Amino acid sequence: MRRREFFQSGGALIVAFSLLPGALAQEGKKPPLPGSLKDSPLLDSWIRIGADGRVTVFTGKAELGQGIKTALIQLAAEELAVDPGVVAIVTADTATTPNEGYTAGSHSMQDSGTAIRNAAAQAREILIGIAAKRLGTAPGRLQARDGGVGAPDGGLITYGDLVAGEALHVSAQMQSKLTPPGRHAVIGKSTPRVDIPSKVTGGASYVHDLRPPGMAHARVVPPPAEGAKLVSADVAAAGRMPGVLKVVRDGSFLGVIAGREWQAIQAMRALALSAKWEEGKQLPKRDELYSALLGLKTQDTVIHGGATQPAFAGRTVEAEYRKPYQMHGAIGPSCAVARLEGGSVTVWTHSQGVYPLRNALAEMLKLPKESVHCIHLEGSGCYGHNGADDVAADAALLARALPGRPVRVQWMREHEHAGEPYGPAMVTSARASLDSAGRIAAWQYEVWSNTHSTRPGAAGNLAAAQRLATPFTPPPPRAIPQPEGGGDRNAIPLYRIPDARVVHHFIPEMPLRVSALRSLGAYMNVFSIESFMDELAKAAGADPVEFRLRHLEDARARDVIRAAAERFGWSSWRPQPGRGRGFAFARYKNLAAYCAVALAARVDRDSGRVHVERAVAATDSGEAVNPDGIRNQVEGGIVQSLSWTLFESVSFDRRRVTSRDWAGYPILRFPGVPDAVEVVVVDRPGEPFLGTGEAAQGPAAAALANAIADASGARIRELPLGAERVKAALEA
Amino acid sequence: MITLDINGRAREVDADPATPLLYVLRDQLAMNGARFGCGLGQCGACTVLIDGEAAFSCLTPVSVLAGRKVRTLEGLGTAESPGAVQRAFIEEQAAQCGYCIPGMILRAQALLERNPSPSDAEIREHMSPNLCRCGTHVRILRAVRRAAGAMKDGR
Repeated sequence: MRRREFFQSGGALIVAFSLLPGALAQEGKKPPLPGSLKDSPLLDSWIRIGADGRVTVFTGKAELGQGIKTALIQLAAEELAVDPGVVAIVTADTATTPNEGYTAGSHSMQDSGTAIRNAAAQAREILIGIAAKRLGTAPGRLQARDGGVGAPDGGLITYGDLVAGEALHVSAQMQSKLTPPGRHAVIGKSTPRVDIPSKVTGGASYVHDLRPPGMAHARVVPPPAEGAKLVSADVAAAGRMPGVLKVVRDGSFLGVIAGREWQAIQAMRALALSAKWEEGKQLPKRDELYSALLGLKTQDTVIHGGATQPAFAGRTVEAEYRKPYQMHGAIGPSCAVARLEGGSVTVWTHSQGVYPLRNALAEMLKLPKESVHCIHLEGSGCYGHNGADDVAADAALLARALPGRPVRVQWMREHEHAGEPYGPAMVTSARASLDSAGRIAAWQYEVWSNTHSTRPGAAGNLAAAQRLATPFTPPPPRAIPQPEGGGDRNAIPLYRIPDARVVHHFIPEMPLRVSALRSLGAYMNVFSIESFMDELAKAAGADPVEFRLRHLEDARARDVIRAAAERFGWSSWRPQPGRGRGFAFARYKNLAAYCAVALAARVDRDSGRVHVERAVAATDSGEAVNPDGIRNQVEGGIVQSLSWTLFESVSFDRRRVTSRDWAGYPILRFPGVPDAVEVVVVDRPGEPFLGTGEAAQGPAAAALANAIADASGARIRELPLGAERVKAALEA
Repeated sequence: MITLDINGRAREVDADPATPLLYVLRDQLAMNGARFGCGLGQCGACTVLIDGEAAFSCLTPVSVLAGRKVRTLEGLGTAESPGAVQRAFIEEQAAQCGYCIPGMILRAQALLERNPSPSDAEIREHMSPNLCRCGTHVRILRAVRRAAGAMKDGR
């Protein structure tokens, strides 16, 4: 059936076309469609069904190890009434999938999941409509099942038989007939991840495993410090080394391509030894980092409350908190493969945003966007904006020098550690007074931070582009506005406080290059606010859990707090010397998943060493699609946050970063892993999805600080809360 | 030419004898299981078994491997027919990004072949050279315990 005939054939499709979205689109407004359907309203942008009945889901989001492929397949399978095992999925690719920007901010379920679920439900109804017409019966008498539409007599017309032509090439409607929660067969079930069998048996799972015919290997020589200028390098000598195909120098960008990876590494090392650099920029003294930050120019915004200070009266408490630079620290250094052919570039990348990366690469290479094709393949977990985009730029520049051959570039460990954009160092201050009933009457909170996103979109945000002989300049850094916020993410407490004021002091100047690290400012703001809540509870002589509930009206917030406290056994806790318990809560971005963490820890008074015995979280992610996926994300978030909170801080001297390997930037190892981590999923069938991937970072950190204070009496306000700092606090 | 015994098969490779085993496995034999993490023996992503002992393939030149048996992730099983440790990792859903997991599986395999009933503290100590960044540790520990049980039961 052609599209026009289809129009004429009536029924559901005419309704679809006559609805508002088209008209709104003509006015340049986004239709109020569910999730990312707003930006890509055609159903077949999301769901395609072949003549063989095979269902393929398309998403602009990328699998980062968060399990998004599996959850999205579940949604399509549920609404189309097919087995999840027969649903294929295509992720972020500038040639085939919708543009959903970055896979970031815990948005995937909310944006892409909502779009795919609604698109699948609408596709199902269209197919039922076609079947009804064919059978000369009412759609209400038919039912989607087993990959087709079932008739009352037990017959089945497969989707493949129904979907001919452009049946799904229609705009989404405003309303979908979603499968009601009571009839869910797939949603809410812990479906095993589709990617795990290959990952544990040596299947090609990552961009690192790509080996197109004729592929060459390359390495780049990173500058010793950001902004260093390459004065000279012995390009000729490196060019004579075994296997070397090409040495590429463009300004301060220096790289080498060889037939084999080990040859590329050896040539890179020789080049690095020969290279002379001019380092200009001076870094702050590490032990004066926070005063240096506070001395920089700020742009101040009152993000909550009035122009004047709250009226502090009565019992007043104040505190200042500090967070160092921390790194993403992917286990597998960043990698990309690029090929230039016939004036077009194809880049296989683990970037979180293939479309923004495409724009940046096109600008850098001076090519039209259409000539750059970015395909996402998985990488090692990134936890935000790490070296993924930068290495894609490296690969594109090197591939340009060797047309026709795919060029694979992987960073070395030192390159990843010293070259990735870090999570920013931050300072916060809190001041509050309690009324006579032990409630918070006045509150002021201030946060000082650099930007939390220097992601590309502009070529100037690609490290290599900044080094070219004709360099690209990074666009001026900007703050991510509320309600999501960047440095001020979760800076506004969810607690009910009559007189509260929150100020964001945005610092444009960046002593070290920084960008998005999982949860952005929320990690530090929740650490600060939830540490401070315990300080206030102590001043009020209140139990920390009860004190939080005293200030919370949101029923779902109260539910996760009670669920975590109950599972932990908060009320039956027996104090023991050297052992403490801590509690913390936040709703990520104040609009995504709710997460409460209760934690028990031991503190060794002699060494200052902290061991987490048990961490219990309760999380409300709205309707839970894959409960084990949620548990996996929250467990991982807790353990990763404990690593950040106990151990992690980027070191540097006046010239350069000195955290250049895992010895110089220690992270959690197995002996330090909590004895137990438990996650209670508070399911809310029928409620919108609430992003979960970053929800545990802040609460885990504050719960640990609170447990250390409970165990030892030492309130530590500077991260990380490592043994040295605990010991110093105990001796003070 | 150098002859290597990889997963019980003799493999002839043309490589500079100083080349670390990792690059021979990945680039010349097109095997994915061993992964580059640090090149320094600090993270364990490249772990393989050499004569039954867990070893960093990123630091082991192929020149020292004459007459020694190398086992990699691919030698333990396949997606269709996973080995006991691989199966335990699937059953526990013990992966997020999964990049570190091959090294974890091989290090666990080395332990369980030597000590079929390790204590929790022994597992933690044994696994400590390997880093995971997603925070999957708790599941990894569960998978190793599950694998120990399965291997004892002869499954």
